[in-house]
Amino acid sequence: MNYFPDEVLEHIFDFVGSHKDRNSVSQVCKLWYRIESYSRQKVFVGNCYAIGPERVAERFSGLKSITLKGKPHFADFNLVPPDWGGFVYPWIEAFARSRVGLEELRLKRMVVSDESLELLSRSFPNFKSLVLVSCEGFTTDGLAAVAAYCRQLKELDLQENDVEDHRGHWLSCFPESSTSLVSLNFACLKGDINLPALERLVARSPNLKSLRLSRAVPLDVLQRILIRAPQLLDLGVGSYLHDPDSENYNKLVTAIQKCKSVRSLSGFLDVAPHCLSAFHIICPNLTSLNLSYAPGIYDNELIKLLRHCHKLQRLWILDCIGDKGLEVVASTCKDLEELRVFPSDPYVGQAAVTEEGLVAISRGCQKLNSILYFCQQMTNAALITVAKNCPNFVRFRLCILDPTKPDAVTQQPLDEGFGAIVQACKDLKRLSLSGLLTDQVFLYIGMYAEQLEMLSIAFAGDSDKGMQYVLKGCKKLRKLEIRDSPFGNAALLMDVAKYETMRSLWMSSCEVTLGGCKALAKRMPGLNVEIINENDQMEFVGGCDDDRQKVEKMYLYRTLAGQRRDAPEFVWTL
Amino acid sequence: MTPPLLGGVEEVASSASLLASSTSVESVCENGSAELKERNYMGLSDSSSSGDSSAISAVTGESKTSLNLKATELRLGLPGSQSPERNSDLCLFASTQLDEKPLFPLHPVNDNHGSSMPKNLLLGNKRGFSDAMDGFSEDKFTSDSEVNAMLSPRSSQNLENLSSQPAKAKEVVGQKPAQERPLVSNDPRANNRSSANNSSAPATKAQVVGWPPIRSFRKNSLATLSKNTEEVDGKAGASALYVKISMDGAPYLRKVDLRNYSAYKELSLALEKMFSCFTIGQCGSHGTSGREMLTESKLKDLLHGSEYVLTYEDKDGDWMLVGDVPWEMFIETCKRMRIMKGSDAIGLAPRAVEKSRNKD
Repeated sequence: MNYFPDEVLEHIFDFVGSHKDRNSVSQVCKLWYRIESYSRQKVFVGNCYAIGPERVAERFSGLKSITLKGKPHFADFNLVPPDWGGFVYPWIEAFARSRVGLEELRLKRMVVSDESLELLSRSFPNFKSLVLVSCEGFTTDGLAAVAAYCRQLKELDLQENDVEDHRGHWLSCFPESSTSLVSLNFACLKGDINLPALERLVARSPNLKSLRLSRAVPLDVLQRILIRAPQLLDLGVGSYLHDPDSENYNKLVTAIQKCKSVRSLSGFLDVAPHCLSAFHIICPNLTSLNLSYAPGIYDNELIKLLRHCHKLQRLWILDCIGDKGLEVVASTCKDLEELRVFPSDPYVGQAAVTEEGLVAISRGCQKLNSILYFCQQMTNAALITVAKNCPNFVRFRLCILDPTKPDAVTQQPLDEGFGAIVQACKDLKRLSLSGLLTDQVFLYIGMYAEQLEMLSIAFAGDSDKGMQYVLKGCKKLRKLEIRDSPFGNAALLMDVAKYETMRSLWMSSCEVTLGGCKALAKRMPGLNVEIINENDQMEFVGGCDDDRQKVEKMYLYRTLAGQRRDAPEFVWTL
Repeated sequence: MTPPLLGGVEEVASSASLLASSTSVESVCENGSAELKERNYMGLSDSSSSGDSSAISAVTGESKTSLNLKATELRLGLPGSQSPERNSDLCLFASTQLDEKPLFPLHPVNDNHGSSMPKNLLLGNKRGFSDAMDGFSEDKFTSDSEVNAMLSPRSSQNLENLSSQPAKAKEVVGQKPAQERPLVSNDPRANNRSSANNSSAPATKAQVVGWPPIRSFRKNSLATLSKNTEEVDGKAGASALYVKISMDGAPYLRKVDLRNYSAYKELSLALEKMFSCFTIGQCGSHGTSGREMLTESKLKDLLHGSEYVLTYEDKDGDWMLVGDVPWEMFIETCKRMRIMKGSDAIGLAPRAVEKSRNKD
């Protein structure tokens, strides 16, 4: 290691891409640590409270891109009260002060205020890429600031954010001189759009490769946009309502035919289903199709469309496709790697797919490695078959809409089925369980899921043993989230050192008590043990009786930053 | 450390005694005990107590109907959860044996014959799905587990016991009104979970917080999107369009949301259903007997026959006959509607009566 000049090492490290590998490289020796640190351009912080922004800026002086994740995953499902935290402003402010040459900011489940967007847009002259996933707290005014002041903006990607629409003309805030746009996704916006501004923007963006429109963009505008941007690789259709006999529709068909490069299609937020045939012509080129926001497409239209999609690698659809439709997918999409089937009516709690659809997919799509499947019912036999057919799963998430439903045929728990999955899929990194499950399934997981990094548990298990099996067995576990399961202090405290090898642990509606959490916090000062005490469910009266109270929501995570200072009143850090 | 669970168990037991004439509460040790016992709070079917696992296993090989009988055994557990037959090899405490157990048995069901280990169900404190239906604080859960016990069984022999108990349970449970929801909403769920197929589950509106695990953005979007697609033939719907409807001779008006319909026929059917109660008298005079005879066709005859015609007032204030203009135009211009007697409609247009006859 002393034989190479620093530049050579730096050059070699350039080839080391993944965060994990770079982290390993930096552990070798002080020299390597130093070189790796100043040469790392992309930094990933999986928990924004695990470390402070000043420290990040200090260590990674060459930082250009940062990815931050804020709230715990279960915040997606309303289990975390608003104002819990995850504010990006301190990060932007600290980076601005430290004169970080920030070019890319990717955020997930964070609170982004308009002020932070404005600060961002003014502080980093080379800023190029803003990706916000599942974030909240900003309005179209913040977007206007980004549009106006980020002169080199290449990418503005808003995925499933909760944006308050002030109907300002944020799109028209892109200066006329701005021609650098490569990717623009505003599908999640609900309000009106300045359509002429959009068309002009597309017209002056020759590098535009990805465009995802919101519902406010009607068909005639789409058609004109497609004429101007036939080079698009990724298209998200906004509104797709029209009269099939109209001239607009014919023009659209012509425009679509010119888009030979489109590989990824999504949107159809408002759709007249019988007119999808216009897109059949580009279906054979598609590798990614997301129709999960298009409940207006009936299964026969979906099937007609899918029959053309021979090259599909990623498919996100609603369960109205049905088991029959999944059979069509299985026979058509032989390259399918990722499938997500969402319930079209989550409130009623009925899904139109069953275990049969999943089995059909497993038979036809041998390359499948990632699945998210919401279904009405499941059986052990089906899961065992799926495991045999598809041993390559990296992500396996099954959600039976009735969360404690047993095997639909035998009425047994689904332990054996999930056991088969973990045993067969040696590379399994992420697993979500549902259905009736006992401690047995956790025994299997502990035994076989050696690569498991993230596990989501709900309404499962019988006793502390279940959680103990997992903590003992899954050496690579990073994130464990549990709700409504009978795991208590014995499990929580079994191996406290384990939590420093993990990113975080979430337990809600389990059996852990305040005393248990306190004991844990005491023994592990390197963890933040947070109790979320909504609605004053718990009372600190004083005395040891407090400790017997069950904790409704606990979130613990390892951190170098100590107790966070922005916690709201209802969050207690022990 | 003393598990707080035991404290919980006693609480449940004492409350359960309100409901059942005899309770057999066995203390449960969750750590280190060789046998996991079921508890039987209702004390109704002794055969389901822990010792008699052979009775349970005997049922396994039989048909679905037997499984349903099993579903009727009372035990404290999640609604619909069964005591899975366990091979003694599968005992959680005999881990060495477990390693040898194959994971891909040819017939997974058969493997579980001859169990000696009934499933360790609720230790009294386990959160069932129905418990979580509340999504509220802990102190309600003790009552909830009673609710669980009551809702598991389904057989008719228990129904008499059950029917008197819901009232009592409501007393116990009902201190906070929100708790009554599990009783009301869980019944269809419990019934359906016990059966092999769940396809007939009625839509229950009560939801567990955060279940199913779908991003709230997606949930909200789908709710809006599907509502819009249902309206008006897949076109983007605006907000509802309510208009008043009066019927001559009826004591009060009704209101309908015109966006719920996509054609005149649907509207007409809906109105017929809505105003059927007012025309029963007419039916009587037409020789039909009782409400059962008030079929749709008879109503149609009434409304489209000589008796009634459907009219509307448009934006200009003119009273028009319903059906003349295309549906889209109609809903744009209709301010309110009136079901008037055919005799009154003569002034509108003489062919009104003929036209309504032709509609049939």
